[in-house]
Parts: sequence; C-alpha cells; structure tokens
Amino acid sequence: MANHTAPTHRIFGLFADFEQAFEVIAGIRRYEVPGITVDDVRIKSPIEHPEIEDVLGERPTNIPKFAFVGGLFGLIFGFFFLAGAQANFTVQPQGGKPVITIPSNLVLAYEMLILFGVLATLIGFIIGARLMRKRGPFYDHAVSLDQIGIVVERVDDTQRQQVRDLFAKHRVIDIFEENAQ
Amino acid sequence: MSEAALKHLSETQTKDIDENIAWAKINRDVLRSMENPRRGYWIAMAISVALFSVMIYAEVYQYIYGMGPALLNTSHMWDLYISTFVFWIGMSHSGTLLSAILHLVHADWRKPIYRFAEAMTTFSLMTAGIFPVIHLGRVWNFYWVMPYMTDRGIWPNFRSPLIWDAFAITTYLTSSVLFLYIGMIPDLAICRDNTTGWRKKLYTWLSLGWHGDDRQWRNFRITYLMIACFLIPLAVSVHSIVSMDFAMAIMPGWHVTTFPPYFVAGALYSGCAAIITLFILLRYFFKFEEYMTFPILDKVCKLTFVIAMVWSYLNLVEFASVWYGHDIPSKEVLLAKAYGPYAPFFWGMIAFGMFLPFALLSKWVRRNMKLLFVVSVLLNVGMWLERWMIVTPTLSMSYHPWGWNIMWPGWVEWAMVGGSFGWFGMLFLIFVKVFPCVSMYEVKEMVFHRKRTIYEDVDEMMVLHKGAPTAVEAGSTKNGGS
Repeated sequence: MANHTAPTHRIFGLFADFEQAFEVIAGIRRYEVPGITVDDVRIKSPIEHPEIEDVLGERPTNIPKFAFVGGLFGLIFGFFFLAGAQANFTVQPQGGKPVITIPSNLVLAYEMLILFGVLATLIGFIIGARLMRKRGPFYDHAVSLDQIGIVVERVDDTQRQQVRDLFAKHRVIDIFEENAQ
Repeated sequence: MSEAALKHLSETQTKDIDENIAWAKINRDVLRSMENPRRGYWIAMAISVALFSVMIYAEVYQYIYGMGPALLNTSHMWDLYISTFVFWIGMSHSGTLLSAILHLVHADWRKPIYRFAEAMTTFSLMTAGIFPVIHLGRVWNFYWVMPYMTDRGIWPNFRSPLIWDAFAITTYLTSSVLFLYIGMIPDLAICRDNTTGWRKKLYTWLSLGWHGDDRQWRNFRITYLMIACFLIPLAVSVHSIVSMDFAMAIMPGWHVTTFPPYFVAGALYSGCAAIITLFILLRYFFKFEEYMTFPILDKVCKLTFVIAMVWSYLNLVEFASVWYGHDIPSKEVLLAKAYGPYAPFFWGMIAFGMFLPFALLSKWVRRNMKLLFVVSVLLNVGMWLERWMIVTPTLSMSYHPWGWNIMWPGWVEWAMVGGSFGWFGMLFLIFVKVFPCVSMYEVKEMVFHRKRTIYEDVDEMMVLHKGAPTAVEAGSTKNGGS
C-alpha cells in the first residue's frame, strides 16, 4: 500500500480491449509496481465483465441484505397494516367471519414483501454503487463507447513512473493523472 | 430497406447478431434511432393520438350522461371495461418473461429486444389502470380504488380479490418501472455523453452519475438479478389474482380451479404476440435490421407457439372440466358460448387463439414480415376475444333466468377499448423516441461474448495445428474497435 503521508497521485489509463486491461491488473497482482495492490485499482468499462472483476478479488456487496430486510419489513408491515385497518371493522357485524382474515392478508402481505423488497434493493443499489454523486475528473466518454479504463489510486512519486511504464507496456491509448491531495 | 434487400436478408441472416459489429456503431445506430425515425413512426403516432382523442371524447360523454351510454346494466356491470383491463394486464407479462425469466436462464438472444418488452409491460399496466377508474363512473373518486384505512367510511373488503388487484397491480407497476429504469441506467449514461440540450440535462439527471466502474457494475448485476427474482413470482401472482376476480365469484363459467394458470398462460401468450408486432414495427421504424434479426424473431415466434399450446391445453382442460363436471348452469354457459349469440366471437377466439399459432411453425411465415405482422395482430385479437368471452356470456346467463340478458357494447365502450390502444401506442412511441429501445451495453456484451467464444474455438483449433498464430496473437480487438 502506498504511503498515505507522501504526496499521492491517481493515474487513469485507457485501453482498447479487456485483454490489455487484464494484463495490467495481472501485472499489479504480480507486484510489478511495488507497493501497489489490486485494492488500489478500479476498472471502468462499457459493459459488465464478471471475469475481469474476479481478477480484482472479492469485493462484497450488501444488496442481498437490503433486499432481505426490505422484504421482511414489507411482510410484517403489510400484515399489520391490514390487520390495523380490519381492526376498525369490529363496529360492523361480521356474520361469524373473523375480523382479521389470515388467508387474504397473506396474499396482500406477500405483495408488500415484494414491493418493499424491490424498493430496498434500489436503495441498496444507490448506496452500494455510489450513485447520485459527482463523477469526478477521471471520466472519459470513451468508457461509455468502447474503451476500458484502469484507475490506480494512491500512487506516490516513486511509483508514478512504474505505473505509467506498466500501462505503456500493455499498449495504453491515453493516460490521465491528477494529484489526489 | 427495399423489398428485394429484405427478402435477401430473410434468406441469409443466420446469426442472432453479427459479432463483428463495432461497439461504436452500436452506440451510433441506437442514438440515431432516437433522432430520425421513418415516416411510419409519425403515422403510427398520429393514429394513436386520434384513437386517444376519441377515448377522451367518450369519457367526457360518459362523465356528463352517466354510465347509461356505455349500455352497462344490472347484470352486465363491467363488460368490456373489465375484459380490456384483463387483456392489458395480460399484455404486461411479456416484459417480465423476456427480461427476468430469460435473464435468469442466460438466454442472451433476448438482449436486443428486452428493453421495449419491458417498456411494453410498464405501459400496458398504465393502460390497464385506466379501466377501473373509467368504470367507477365518478372519475373524481379515482383514489377509491386504492386500499386505505377506513377513516372515510369506505370499509374496503380485504377479502375481495378486487382489493388484492389494487395491491398487486400497484406493486407490479412500481417494480416494473424500477426494473426498466435500473436496466437502462448504463444506456442513459451513454446518451448523456452523446447528446446536447434538453436531452443531455434529462439523461444526466436520470443516469445518476453512472461512470461504469467495477463497483457500479457489480452492484448493478446483483440488483438486476435480485429484482428479476422478485418480479417473476410477482408477475405470476398478479395474473393469478386477476383470475380470482372471476374464479372466486360463484358464477357459472368463472368458478374454475384452473383459472390462475390459464390466465397466466394467456397473459404470456398475448404478451409474446405483442412482442412480435412491436418487434416488426420498431425494426421498420428505426432501421434496426442488424439488431432485431430474423433468427431472434424466429425464437420469439417459437416461444409464442409453445405458450399458445400451453394456453390451448388449459382451455381444453377448462372445457372438459365443465363438460364432465355436471354443473348444469356452467354447461349451459359453455354451450351458449358455442351456439348462442356470442358464438362467432367464441369461434373467432378458438380460430385465432388455438389454430392460427400453427402458422408460426412455418419458416416461410416467420420470415415474411408483413404476413407475420398480420398473424401477430390476429393472435392478439383472439386473446382479446378470449377475455370478452370469459366475461360477457357468463354475465348474460347467470343462475337466475330473470337476469338473462344479451348485451352488446355501446359506442362509448368501443371507443374506450380503441382509445386504450391509442393511449398505449402514444406512451410507447414517445418512450422509444426519448429512450434507447435497444439496450446498447447488453448488445455490446452479446457481441463481445459471442466473438470471444468464436476466438476460443479458433484458438483451440490453432493449438491442434501448431505454428499458426492464435486470434489473440494476431492482434484482433475484441470489442470491434471504434
């Protein structure tokens, strides 16, 4: 890991295809740039590519937890919301039928489970994917077209040229750099 | 595209997609479609607006004069309004089928066409939602269809499937809109990067700052999968609940155990037929011959045929269970459908719904765009007749002879039915003009993965014949270059 007290840089390279991007990450995994690990690397790509994301190692996401909690809340809230409404019905003659009808409430609670599950998943996505934030300076339109970007964070002065060399070795198209401090 | 070119393409196009399409070209073609559609697009829009205007006129007329001009009466309390409501709810199921189910089974041929199917789901639900409100008569009380606490003395009956409908459809509409929107975010970012003016502002706002890094893609993939998993049981529950509007009423012809699967199969069937119709229209309007290809159309046709057979089987099961069930009123209704005043429509349903799908087995029909368009429209005519034949014959011939009453819909009802197609058409056509109706990033994925599979096969062969350079060594750019 780079020394955080030293001046650090962020370097962004654009590549023509996934093969080259893959080679760059493999190089980082082989410690071709001492001090830089895959934890310092992000990939920007025009498509979803699970295989190349695997190279970056395990990066867990909390979305299933959001979905579970949302669904559970929907189920419980849905049932008690309806039961609360039905509780007012005690002023009406029920003709021997139960005031709170479990079979029909289960149908409705099931719908609420799905509704709140979906809403919670969306919230989890916005939080997990860090959406609704400024895109930052390292965004190139080529990424939404057909090029693959690799961002290496926390690069100190001694590693800067090594990262650039690694990029160049794998036919980088363009390199952008900024001072992260 | 000329007739000759189209004929040539229908004979030569053998791949779902040409894996050599450059990614930049995919962006260009789809973005261009949002700017310059063919004249046919504007004609379709004009027809939709005209139909919708007639609907507005009919609604105002009904608003002023009450439900009488619609010719609704005591036994026929909802008639075409509920039939068309069920039709539109059914239509919405195709989007879920193509997006969610085929996504889970990794059928990648869905990628160029699922976006408009999802949009169809959303707009079908929005169209269906109009009918309960119209049927209320007092449209200003539209919010009464939504369940809420009893503080206004409404006393909603939570045991009624009509209340379940409100819950289920609200959930389905919300989830479908979110599913459509989330799946579109990467494409909205592409639009943001390539447009100016109001479009840029709109797409910037809607793309939520998407920049395509691995964190976003990873979360995106899981979100899409989770919502797909939520949507599939939801779609099944929605049309099952709609079927219970009928099945839980003790009416002859409605009180049938097989109604939920029968309705779900019918929903998927009409939705698939509508996908064929819209596939052909969009392909023509936006010159999408490279993306909406004949092999993909072939697959949709075969899928439609299979679902049509499931629906036909369930139809026969329903007839057989009534016939052998010895419930006399139900049998009377079934016979009245076949021989009574509604017989032409019943047999129309059988002809279009059960027999016409066999035309889809013919490759010649599947490759003849104009004929296939007509067939797909007639399939949906059959499915609309099915819904009408579920509702009206039963209402015209209930248990009590004093309630027997043959009823033909008035012009107001027909105007509402026609207008609903105008409303749907308008929403859909606006959508495909403002938003990309072909998923750019998913088509890129499809091209990428198919090309890679070919390269891997070539590389394997090259290893067998040592000395020849592999595809990668030969320096191919797998994303097609720009």
